[in-house]
Amino acid sequence: MGHRKGMEVSIAVSHAVALARAEAIAAYPITPQTHIVEHLSSMVANGDLEAEFVNVESEHSAISTCIGMSATGARTYTATSSQGLALMHEILFIASALRLPIVMTVANRALSGPLSIWNDHSDIMAAKDIGWIQIFVKNGQEAFDHSIMAFKIAENSQVLIPTIINMDGFILTHVVEAMEFVDQALVDKFLPPYSPRHSLDPKSPVTMGAFAMPEIYTEVKMKHQVTLMESHQHITAVWDEWAKLTGRAYKPVERYKADNASTLFLTMGCLGEVAEIAVDELQAAGESVGLIELRLWRPFPFAELREALAGANLVIVCDRALSPGGAAPPVLAEVRSALYALSQRPQTLGYIIGLGGRDVNPGSFKDIYAKARMEIAQGPSQEFYLYGVRG
Amino acid sequence: MSKPLDQITWQEIELGALLRKPGSAREYRVGDWRSQHPVWTKSRCIRCGVCWTVCPEPAIIQEPGGYFDMDPYYCKGCGTCARECVTGCITMVPEEE
Amino acid sequence: MDKFGVANSQKYDVYASRLMPREEFFTSGHRSCQGCGEALAVRWVCKAVGKDAIIAHATGCMEIVSSGYPQTSWMHPWIHVAFENTSAVAAGIDSALRILHRKGKIDHMPKVVAMGGDGATADIGLQSLSGAMERGHNFTYVCWDNEAYMNTGIQRSGSTPFGAMTTTSPPGKQSFGQSTWKKNMVAIAVAHGIPYVATATPSYPFDLYFKVKKALETPGPAYIHVLTVCPTGWRSATDLSVRLGRLAVETGVFPLYEVVEGRYRLTVEVPKLKPVTTYLKPQGRFRHLREPQINFIQQQILERYELLLKKCAAPYPEFPSLVSSEEGALWISKD
Repeated sequence: MGHRKGMEVSIAVSHAVALARAEAIAAYPITPQTHIVEHLSSMVANGDLEAEFVNVESEHSAISTCIGMSATGARTYTATSSQGLALMHEILFIASALRLPIVMTVANRALSGPLSIWNDHSDIMAAKDIGWIQIFVKNGQEAFDHSIMAFKIAENSQVLIPTIINMDGFILTHVVEAMEFVDQALVDKFLPPYSPRHSLDPKSPVTMGAFAMPEIYTEVKMKHQVTLMESHQHITAVWDEWAKLTGRAYKPVERYKADNASTLFLTMGCLGEVAEIAVDELQAAGESVGLIELRLWRPFPFAELREALAGANLVIVCDRALSPGGAAPPVLAEVRSALYALSQRPQTLGYIIGLGGRDVNPGSFKDIYAKARMEIAQGPSQEFYLYGVRG
Repeated sequence: MSKPLDQITWQEIELGALLRKPGSAREYRVGDWRSQHPVWTKSRCIRCGVCWTVCPEPAIIQEPGGYFDMDPYYCKGCGTCARECVTGCITMVPEEE
Repeated sequence: MDKFGVANSQKYDVYASRLMPREEFFTSGHRSCQGCGEALAVRWVCKAVGKDAIIAHATGCMEIVSSGYPQTSWMHPWIHVAFENTSAVAAGIDSALRILHRKGKIDHMPKVVAMGGDGATADIGLQSLSGAMERGHNFTYVCWDNEAYMNTGIQRSGSTPFGAMTTTSPPGKQSFGQSTWKKNMVAIAVAHGIPYVATATPSYPFDLYFKVKKALETPGPAYIHVLTVCPTGWRSATDLSVRLGRLAVETGVFPLYEVVEGRYRLTVEVPKLKPVTTYLKPQGRFRHLREPQINFIQQQILERYELLLKKCAAPYPEFPSLVSSEEGALWISKD
């Protein structure tokens, strides 16, 4: 089996990327992603990773360079956060439209303004529609495992869609955890070398990036949408294969003590682990409460989510981003949308927590639980709540 | 000949809207655009090839004898060949209706 | 680098066309305007590039006229991503080729060529070009300079010449059109210390052809700035594109030179410059100019040409050579 090591999670992620034999890396530094790319560049400099590491001059160029790398047939990786992801925005859509299997770690961090280097999900929520596969991890082990699996998912010849692994900035990237590492032989067997279905090669020239007239644009988008939705089965197949190899199983929707719970919390990312403690304490006090953790964000896991939420009376959706002026924060909006078609569905309340890195502890979840129950009893006073705001 | 654009189904789109046939633009006959075309006076043509060199399309083909003529499928009638011809043996002639 | 010699082709070697390759890499059927100088330039650059290359292209006229789904004019492997990032994409292609070659997955590395218009190069794409040049990627950047954002309807760019009318620098009661001098992209490229920079125009096709060949053979970044006449945007007759390019050279508006390892050298010598009015007159975009502006332009052209001649005669290069005698050329790829 593997061997257990303790280290900063960012460094573990860079080891995972190295184990996956990434060949071409383009990166621009931004807090809190820097440790990942720093360690990758030192591995390349020492010959521990055989790759081209390109220090580009902006994140926009980072993703553009990744497109060039992936289009030529190299296994490609980059990492960014917040403003960097926002700067990449225009090109992210193109990367997925060109069907290039780039893997990217996003160290989730609040978007400016005001400037904040601390953790929330506003950066990735602003990139919901880029057409990439998007997965959330909540601890070091998951970050390590999923950083390897992302390549296998993205490069699947039936998928060929770039993939983002979201990890909370600082509260996951910069913490030291004990993780079980797998060895190179296992990864090599699990993840064969990238064999592109399409690449830039003078022996067989193709044109990538043609423009589309109105007569054809819709059809191109339909193809992308269908492929992205169908990637669900390939994603779970990869996760199942990993479970057989390592014993660690992952699902699109994870359930924590949720059987027969009448109230469910729903979280994404690290705060799930904090919520687990709150759920333990609430259950010990006799409350019927459980936790649902959404791991697969794109493609949205409709079936699994409906199944997971079916039996509950109330779902408290904990968003980490605001959609200013919008009908609901992003995760609440999608959960409600997914549940709308059901004739029997739980009530949903939305709480936005931990914006800009504000600390969230188990007490916060218990407080939210109490508040939510009161709101339901009296009839909700707001569309959604910005938890902990003073004033 | 490619299928008309508004009949292509989404299933038929290549991944990433990739185009696998280099030079497929030749299916489109831009020659339909022109309102004049070049005519060579062979007796004055020295077969130097300058016209062939300066055609932007390119829409000038060389016959087996070495003389040049326009490619009717692609000549847009810009007149550059006539302008640049070393001996002035090319004349631009309006298209008949 | 000397095997292509000096392209002193100011006189048409009339029969030189016969020696040029017949294979077309930018096929007919593209939807450019009639008389498009840029299409002519692309045709010849692609011939010079040859089969074994990968092209990254910016959004612009040449991209739009040649790559409307489902047809393409390109015989090369070709990728278009966006407007401002062509150099970054080319950098990625170069990097991937290096690692694939080093790992033995490909037996050799094709040439990498990046192409973009003046807007995509001097304005929105300047950052990515600068980064790619600074990092020393092995690629050639070709700028199609038609002196405005032509594809979107003739708006001014940083490369629009002084006094030119564009839709966003129109002459009016309070303006005479574009009021600043054209950005000097060649000087910017030279300032990055790259080994080969050149100007070219399809009006001198063999000069252009051999400069492209030289750029491709040069390890490291190379930059070629091509003046491409746009009859639509310049408001000139469709048959004058080649002639106007020649006039640009003969009046000193667009001298043809190359900068090899920081040393300037004219490749087409014009002993006596023609008056700039011969170049301005056939173009409707300068029609509104009055004597003060024309005189200013003439004086600037003469002064700049003198400065260029001084640079060509300079006993020192623009930057010290980056070739180290112990470790070999800096630009040569690690493998």
